[in-house]
Amino acid sequence: MSDIATTTDAKLMAGPAFVRTKPVAPLPPPLTEAGAIGWMRKNLFSSPLNIALTILSILLIVWIVPPLAKFLVIDAVWSGAGRADCLASPTHPEMGACWAYVIDKISFFTYGFYPIDGRWRVDVFFVLLALGVVWMAWLDAPRRDLGVAYFFVIMPIASLILLLGWPLIGLSKVPTTSWGGVLVTVVVSAVGIVFSLPIGIALALGRRSHMPAVRLFSVIFIEFVRGVPLITVLFMASVMLPLFVPDTWSPDKLLRALVGVSLFASAYMAEVVRAGLAAIPKGQYEAAMAVGFGYWKMMRLIILPQALKITIPNIVNTTIGLFKDTTLVFIVGIFDFLMTVEAGRSDPNWITPVTGPTGYVFAAIFYLIFCYGMSRYARFVEARLAAGDRH
Amino acid sequence: MAAVEQTRPKAPLIYNPKVRSIAYQAVLCAVIVFLVWSAIYNAAENLARAKIASGFGFWENTAGFDISQTLIEYQATSTYGRAFWVGLINTLLVAGLGIVFATILGFVIGIARLSTNWLLARLAGFYVETIRNIPLLLQLLFWYNAVLKALPGTRESLAIPGGGFLNNRGLFLPQPVFEPAARFALIALVVGIVAAIGYRAWARRRQMQTGQQAPVLWVSLGLVIALPLAVLALSGFPISFSYPEAGRFNMRGGFEVLPEFMALLFGLVIYTAAFIAEVVRAGIRSVSKGQTEAAYSLGLRPGPTLRLVVIPQAMRVIIPPLTSQYLNLTKNSTLAVAIGYPDLVQIFAGTVLNQTGQAVEVIVITMAVYLTISLVTSALMNLYNRRMALVER
Repeated sequence: MSDIATTTDAKLMAGPAFVRTKPVAPLPPPLTEAGAIGWMRKNLFSSPLNIALTILSILLIVWIVPPLAKFLVIDAVWSGAGRADCLASPTHPEMGACWAYVIDKISFFTYGFYPIDGRWRVDVFFVLLALGVVWMAWLDAPRRDLGVAYFFVIMPIASLILLLGWPLIGLSKVPTTSWGGVLVTVVVSAVGIVFSLPIGIALALGRRSHMPAVRLFSVIFIEFVRGVPLITVLFMASVMLPLFVPDTWSPDKLLRALVGVSLFASAYMAEVVRAGLAAIPKGQYEAAMAVGFGYWKMMRLIILPQALKITIPNIVNTTIGLFKDTTLVFIVGIFDFLMTVEAGRSDPNWITPVTGPTGYVFAAIFYLIFCYGMSRYARFVEARLAAGDRH
Repeated sequence: MAAVEQTRPKAPLIYNPKVRSIAYQAVLCAVIVFLVWSAIYNAAENLARAKIASGFGFWENTAGFDISQTLIEYQATSTYGRAFWVGLINTLLVAGLGIVFATILGFVIGIARLSTNWLLARLAGFYVETIRNIPLLLQLLFWYNAVLKALPGTRESLAIPGGGFLNNRGLFLPQPVFEPAARFALIALVVGIVAAIGYRAWARRRQMQTGQQAPVLWVSLGLVIALPLAVLALSGFPISFSYPEAGRFNMRGGFEVLPEFMALLFGLVIYTAAFIAEVVRAGIRSVSKGQTEAAYSLGLRPGPTLRLVVIPQAMRVIIPPLTSQYLNLTKNSTLAVAIGYPDLVQIFAGTVLNQTGQAVEVIVITMAVYLTISLVTSALMNLYNRRMALVER
């Protein structure tokens, strides 16, 4: 015992040989637990089942991606003048996508049969619409009240004059039968939104009204339209509407489809808005009434601003559905974007085995970009609203 | 008191909320009555001018057109009424099969999206985001025109193992031909199903009382599959197959699946599965993590945890939106008209409408069919929701 003590004492006398001033650096984690290998072990190969799933996924990717890349890029034809360039030949045995056809037809896909010297009008319409969409979608934009007036009143009237023509101010008349392509797709979606939102709000208010007749009418309309497929509504608009109006009116074919799409979208919009209205606490109504607001003032200043704000993501999602559904006007014979792609497929100048798939891929990319963009926007707004709630 | 009330100035009637509400409703009713009346008046006048008959008398008239897929007997000499039923059955067929396959694919992808396997989750997410954002009509046209119609012709048919062929005229499969003795196997199948249901009920009761589990799955499979097979073997396989053969221009014999049908089914299943996957994902994520952790701490393995704890709770959230997806699929099956599959809309609102010109009656009948399907489904849904609603203690 004492022996040990003396040695220790002797050592202490000599002063400490070494004092650690910093903590020991931790050992690096094992190679298999950190970095890329660790990540892969954790996320891809954690169990036999996971290994099997990873292998299956890789096989799936190998099965799909290289042939797709080969078709879309490697074997594709980027420039050419006619079908001869897109036919398989000894020098180009495996033919991929015929992008030359899309490039050649792009103005047909965009404007349809709109007169060539008037196409600037369509471009101006696109710009006007884009302005309206940005104004509405940018949540911190200046003067959003003006934006609403612009989007729901000024822009539709200006666009109507611009696209249909008004000889008095020097714009020649263009019948809707020569409209086509992206123009029609955009017109149908824009008209659908511009009309369905106000009608939908009215129907949603009607469904929550205390007046039995108003409520009954709203419920019947909403449930009826939501219970039937859009095609039957379009058929109804295109074959029954002309019967229901005086013979002399004979509504334009595009107009009939627009009526059908707007009514259809209104019912869906009404349900979305109703959900928003239902989420507003009762205290808001009571407070508004307590300060003496009447029904319309209460709705306009207190309830609807809050209800519509929380409904934006769902309104955008309904808009995505509407945008995709515009393709159905193709069935009642309207020349929308999809119809121009279908028509281009059998153009004798370009008819090849790869023309059809190329057109479909192009159309798919077009819809994908717009719909995905909108759904990202909806998610962004949702996140922002959620962040606002956290305070 | 009475004197005070008399001296108070009477507010004009227009500020009385009751009077106002009645006035608003009267105006609304008047507008609707006027619109309906003018629509009927104009329709009667327009139809009379175009010399189109009205009423449902056309139902018994001879149709005079052929239909490419008929599950019930139908010839060109049959009536329009018969054509209606053919179309309705075709719609229900594609919708029913579509719902089954879309549910399976949707659940697989929805669960894959939540997988801990990074690659698989990403793949499933990519599928959902792509498919959801491309219009169904475009997908149908792609499947029909770019895939199925681009297959080789009859002579270069792709052979499918087991005696089937796939070409641009459709899918041809061997058709089973049942001999009289096959009815014993059918009886065995029915007996097997009934016995399996009975066994399941017994096993559940026993588990409730004693806690002992019974191998329900294996016994049920045995009863439903092995029993009919055994009877079939005992009676000497009284089933023969009629194999399709390639003729000069078309296939002969066998069971024919139209390319229109395949394209519609593919399109509907792939499109709807993307939405169902999202519904499933949201449902599973709505079950709090504590439930899984509690199940693990009780010693349950991941499989039983999912099956016995998570999914039963998730179903409560999943079923209502799932039903609306089923309704969407049924309504979307009307896009058949774009690729020429003979569904209700294509036959009835298409061909019959064009031949008879009786737009009002035909469209009303067509809409009534879909409306009935929707309303019946939502009524069942409400019933289910009432049963499944959380019982608060």
